[in-house]
Amino acid sequence: MKITDLRVDIHGRQILKGVSVTLHEGRVHGLAGESGSGKTMTGLAALGLLPHGARATGEILHNDRNLLELPAKELNKVRGGEVAMVFQDPATSLHPMLTIGRQLTEHMRHHLGLGKAEARARAVELLGKVRIPGAGEAYGRYPHQFSGGMRQRIAIAVALACSPRVLIADEPTTALDVTVQAGILRLLRGLCDELGLAVLLVTHDLGVMSAVADEVSVMKDGLIVESGPRSHVLRTPDHPYTRSLLASLPESPLAPAPDEERS
Amino acid sequence: MSLLTIDDLVVEHRSPGRPVVRAVAGASLTVSAGEVVGLVGESGCGKSTLARAVCGLNPVTEGAIRFEGQPVTPLGLRRRTLTGIQMVFQDPYASLNPRRRVGDQIADGLRVARGSTVTPADLLERVGLPRDFTDRHPHEFSGGQRQRVAIARALAAEPRLLIGDEPISALDASAQAQVARLMRDLAVDSGAGLLFISHDLSVVRLIADRIAVMYLGKIVEIGRTAEVWDNPRHPYTQALLNAIPLPDGQGTLPAELPGDVPDPANPPGGCRFNPRCPHVMDVCRDKEPDFGPVACWLHEPT
Repeated sequence: MKITDLRVDIHGRQILKGVSVTLHEGRVHGLAGESGSGKTMTGLAALGLLPHGARATGEILHNDRNLLELPAKELNKVRGGEVAMVFQDPATSLHPMLTIGRQLTEHMRHHLGLGKAEARARAVELLGKVRIPGAGEAYGRYPHQFSGGMRQRIAIAVALACSPRVLIADEPTTALDVTVQAGILRLLRGLCDELGLAVLLVTHDLGVMSAVADEVSVMKDGLIVESGPRSHVLRTPDHPYTRSLLASLPESPLAPAPDEERS
Repeated sequence: MSLLTIDDLVVEHRSPGRPVVRAVAGASLTVSAGEVVGLVGESGCGKSTLARAVCGLNPVTEGAIRFEGQPVTPLGLRRRTLTGIQMVFQDPYASLNPRRRVGDQIADGLRVARGSTVTPADLLERVGLPRDFTDRHPHEFSGGQRQRVAIARALAAEPRLLIGDEPISALDASAQAQVARLMRDLAVDSGAGLLFISHDLSVVRLIADRIAVMYLGKIVEIGRTAEVWDNPRHPYTQALLNAIPLPDGQGTLPAELPGDVPDPANPPGGCRFNPRCPHVMDVCRDKEPDFGPVACWLHEPT
């Protein structure tokens, strides 16, 4: 997927001022920045999920088609099919009153035209893949019966159901504890390597970025200020904004040691 | 003598039709004047319940909480005499009244500290906001600024103990460290103690003199910040520290702690961490380690 010069305005306010990002198979592209910098909006635009009243110009190329120009019906085929999304809060992104089996198979049957039994078999396989213990039993349960980390694994399984080529993960671990986050990050990285997914990881946490992303772009006020391989951007950043972001983190090599600061 | 002494505190949540949940199951902690104690742990480990009990917002089932030698009584409808403890809550969007000017809300705190000559504008200045913002309403502020207003309101009452219950987790990453440092500086400058609760170890490390690590209602390790950070001894503390991804650009995946936090209504027998512990021994399943500063059979005091 290639995003070129993406601009979004909402009611005349410019939210994105020309963003270009290229996603490659089997690679994780991290999009960092503070809240309000436009990183979530970039992710949403890639799925055609912009809020009401928003106008997007530019190009989002996927399989030689510009997703911004696709009619709604065609876009619906892409969404959840070839391009899938994982949201921040699994407590709200899963439907509380449907079993997770139903949520996993619904779009599988729609996009892939699978029968009930086939869809079920695939759903159980997916639950195993995201390492839900007792996948067969889990199929018939409801989201509230799972912990936050398990719910996020299920949300990832839902996103993977139709074998997408591109996965957009918007702050997938922000609502979780660090110990649980570690498991989800390992899972995402593993899936990316194993299935050759192209992942756009939106996060404000540069630690998360450093753990899983191959390329990193840093956004500020609707623009990408710096982009490049992980080790370059996080260790020897060129842009002063990236440097100030890193310096504000206590564990970063660029941050002053806590003892020096206190004295 | 310590400013705040928590001795073997037990807090239970009872709700009809559900088993009793021991959110805090025998925790002991002290905070001295001018000292910053960081309390860390995963969600659901009971750290917020502990903070609420210290403020009198949750009834105590067993154990004692003493503030300057006096027992802390539950908050009731009567006017409170114990105003030396003030709390800053997690979400400044919910803890500030949206319909009142922030100056008036800060003045509520000043009224508590009778005879104070400080004005709301002075307090705004102390938390790093312009003096003329007293006429504004909370919606005119960003999240970090609102939390500063909430801190100003808590400080207005001239507390001897300030409690922050996840005061930074609703804020942007760039504002977190700033607000945490601000709380530390203001508390220490006024000679008050600070009990700072957070799930974010890397921020707690910046500001705390001592760190207490909580797991499933118990404090499993407590010690000087540098010691706990550089040489964590309890296996849970080690797991917690190893799980933090470092922004070093190396691409190292953080270590995973297998399993989920057990149901606090039905905690495992023996040491509460034994089902997830990589160093589990027979004694861990039979007997609960009820000693400190590291509640682990590997570190039993001799």
